[in-house]
Amino acid sequence: MNNVAPLSTDRPAWRDPLVRALRAVLPPTSLLTEAEDMRPYECDGLSAYRRLPGLVALPENIEQAQQVLRRCAGLKVPVVTRGAGTGLSGGALPLENGLLLSLAKLNRTLEIDPLNRTATVQPGVRNLAISEAAAAHGLYYAPDPSSQIACSIGGNVAENAGGVHCLKYGLTVHNVLGIKFLTFDGELVTLGGKLLDSPGYDLLALFTGSEGMLGVIVEVTVKLLPKPERAQVLLASYDDLEKAGAAVAAIIAAGIIPGGLEMMDNLAIRAAEDYVHAGYPVDAAAILLCELDGTNEEVSESLMRARELLLASGATDIRTARDEAERLRFWAGRKNAFPAVGRLAPDYYCMDGTIPRKRLPEVLRRIAEMSRDFGLQVANVFHAGDGNLHPLILYDANKPGELERTEELGGRILELCVQVGGTITGEHGVGVEKINQMCVQFRPAELEQFHAVKRVFDPQELLNPGKAVPTLHRCAEFGRMHVHGGQLPFPELERF
Amino acid sequence: MSAADFSVELGEQVHAAYAAGTPLSLRGHGTKQFCAPAAEGAALDTTAHRGIVTYEPTELVLTARAGTPLADIEAALAANQQMLGFEPPHFGAGATLGGTLACGLSGPRRPYAGAARDFVLGMQIVNGKGEILRFGGQVMKNVAGYDLSRLMVGSHGTLGLILEASFKVLPKPPQETTLRFEMPADEAIHKMNVWAGQPLPVSAICHAADTLYVRLSGAGTAVRAARLKLGGDMVDQGDDFWRALREHDHAFFRNDAPLWRLSVPSATPMLGLSGTWLLDWGGAQRWLHTSASAAEVARAAQQAGGHAQLFRQRYQVGTSYPPESTIAQLQQRLKQAFDPGAILNRSPRDAAGQVTATRAGVAQVLR
Repeated sequence: MNNVAPLSTDRPAWRDPLVRALRAVLPPTSLLTEAEDMRPYECDGLSAYRRLPGLVALPENIEQAQQVLRRCAGLKVPVVTRGAGTGLSGGALPLENGLLLSLAKLNRTLEIDPLNRTATVQPGVRNLAISEAAAAHGLYYAPDPSSQIACSIGGNVAENAGGVHCLKYGLTVHNVLGIKFLTFDGELVTLGGKLLDSPGYDLLALFTGSEGMLGVIVEVTVKLLPKPERAQVLLASYDDLEKAGAAVAAIIAAGIIPGGLEMMDNLAIRAAEDYVHAGYPVDAAAILLCELDGTNEEVSESLMRARELLLASGATDIRTARDEAERLRFWAGRKNAFPAVGRLAPDYYCMDGTIPRKRLPEVLRRIAEMSRDFGLQVANVFHAGDGNLHPLILYDANKPGELERTEELGGRILELCVQVGGTITGEHGVGVEKINQMCVQFRPAELEQFHAVKRVFDPQELLNPGKAVPTLHRCAEFGRMHVHGGQLPFPELERF
Repeated sequence: MSAADFSVELGEQVHAAYAAGTPLSLRGHGTKQFCAPAAEGAALDTTAHRGIVTYEPTELVLTARAGTPLADIEAALAANQQMLGFEPPHFGAGATLGGTLACGLSGPRRPYAGAARDFVLGMQIVNGKGEILRFGGQVMKNVAGYDLSRLMVGSHGTLGLILEASFKVLPKPPQETTLRFEMPADEAIHKMNVWAGQPLPVSAICHAADTLYVRLSGAGTAVRAARLKLGGDMVDQGDDFWRALREHDHAFFRNDAPLWRLSVPSATPMLGLSGTWLLDWGGAQRWLHTSASAAEVARAAQQAGGHAQLFRQRYQVGTSYPPESTIAQLQQRLKQAFDPGAILNRSPRDAAGQVTATRAGVAQVLR
């Protein structure tokens, strides 16, 4: 279980001196000290985990953020960085014994450079706002996580956010050209810029997806792409999930890389249809949404071939969006699948495993079995093109023990993903949520290498401590570990 | 030679060297030795550790051992109408996957499809302690743990020995056409960047000897439509042109003057350095033969927001100019975190113990 135990109810000794020091460098509205003011910061998008921070700082510029970090480092106060708070793995869960550093006020777009096709923005700028700012030049920012109207680019970089267009346009790591970050003690470092590479080790790749463990991102330069001339979406219905899975393989094998290729199962289809009236076939076992984008000619040619392949794979019905409004409606169903499923039960828990696509039928079968065994409904939404599965577990947190059962089921699903050659997280990050499953995916020496990298950047382990990478002790306590060659790791540690 | 797995042996060799504190010089087929100064110590040859481990065309994923010849991988992909998206240079027959990734070199398609590091999904490595470690995997999306497999790309074997890599592959475009336009460099820089900002199926743009070359890739109808829109003259044997450019066999590279590589924002106007230029990657990668001093070249690149690297000299190997101090310190500490005994591809030093050249731009600190 991922228990979030309160650390202490006593005020830590550092609190008063830190408050005094921060009042000297921050405007009054940039420091929150009262419980009622800090309440909105007690959780991120993973609301099952809540904890009130010791303090909240909201710097308005890089210099103020530097001052906050310097003072925290001086007093050895741990810092958790937060962007828009939409993360789904508890990566921005605060520490009672630490400071929460919100970068929400660093929200200016600094430069759109149309000729170099780059945008330079502060970390609090929303993902979608970048594309909006670039639209006048016929350009856009490609990664589009479902939360793109709210999530901010700093968090996107920290989590290496994905979205529905990853197969063709990549993850955040493929679309970031440079960052400025602050070290744990406030030093400003620039990585990359408006260029395609930098000398030495690829620190930019290392930083992307590092979950706020290595530094605090205070500026981001991203690559902008020309808006495709045309985008068209096909909606194919199936009476059988396996046929839909085979259709995905057939499209890729034919050399077509769709802009988006999404699958939903019956429970997700019905929920989405009920919620946004997307025009989905509610009796289908699965639907595939296949978006083709590019030049007019490219799209026409691919549409024809994709349609033939979908028919040959046993689709019971194929519809092409008649106009832009219908295309957006088809996508609205998918993009609202999480809240739609959320209406079926008081609470839902979103998982994020990735699997090799060919193992999909087997994985879905086993998820269905586990769902029955645990007595919890599971809806499946799937980035089919890149194998990223989002099972949504429906539960009621008010029923005693149901959250714990849900977490147990979620953990089992992730372990299944590792077993079939996949990973416990495709795009949401480890945070606090999947920290135990890290013990299943990695061996002790690998976890130790992660810790060694963390200490390179943050020798005192003050940045987001306790997240993303478990200690070996924690893995021993968790008890379900990566078993290699029949040998249990850490034989020297006691079992609990 | 058939496929063979020597990962355990390679791990043991590194472990033994770590225990003894003796340096190792990691070596594939040796085609890219000019990219970095020769390392100290006994050679550790990876070429026997070879073979494609898995290849699933419908998953767009291939996994192969470090010693596998790049040509074998490209042949296997071509048989399925697929390719390596980063179009890596071989720089000689026998180039291996391990060396290609360790050097992190990418070809003309890089700005439009991605760099070597962009295609890497996972790796098995041996760190400087002789521990065999796996990071990433065989799936497209994976954010569990730090992205240490991408970090290996371009690290010149100073962080670990690459044993095996999994990477994403791409379908081969059904058609490719190359166009040429007579044009001076300044006008070409503007054109390349304007075109790259339009929805055109561009997969390479280069300017050499007052000629702009554009490669279009995609469905036949799309390539035809773009050709009509752009104009220009069709180049016969376009593939040969891009291959020669990628492999540095193009006439521009037949020059005894030192060869510099400048990485700059793509729309940067021509820099005021004397010499001859070739602009690749739509202006983002610029090759320069010049007799200007290293300081002059480095300063010009920095002023443009980029960096310069002495890529190749007639009688000397290239050198990366190390980045600013905080980054250099972080890089040195990363090196220590992976290779605490400083045994992997240790930089050569003079009699006084001073490092005379660096690999991957990282000056290494001895234990």
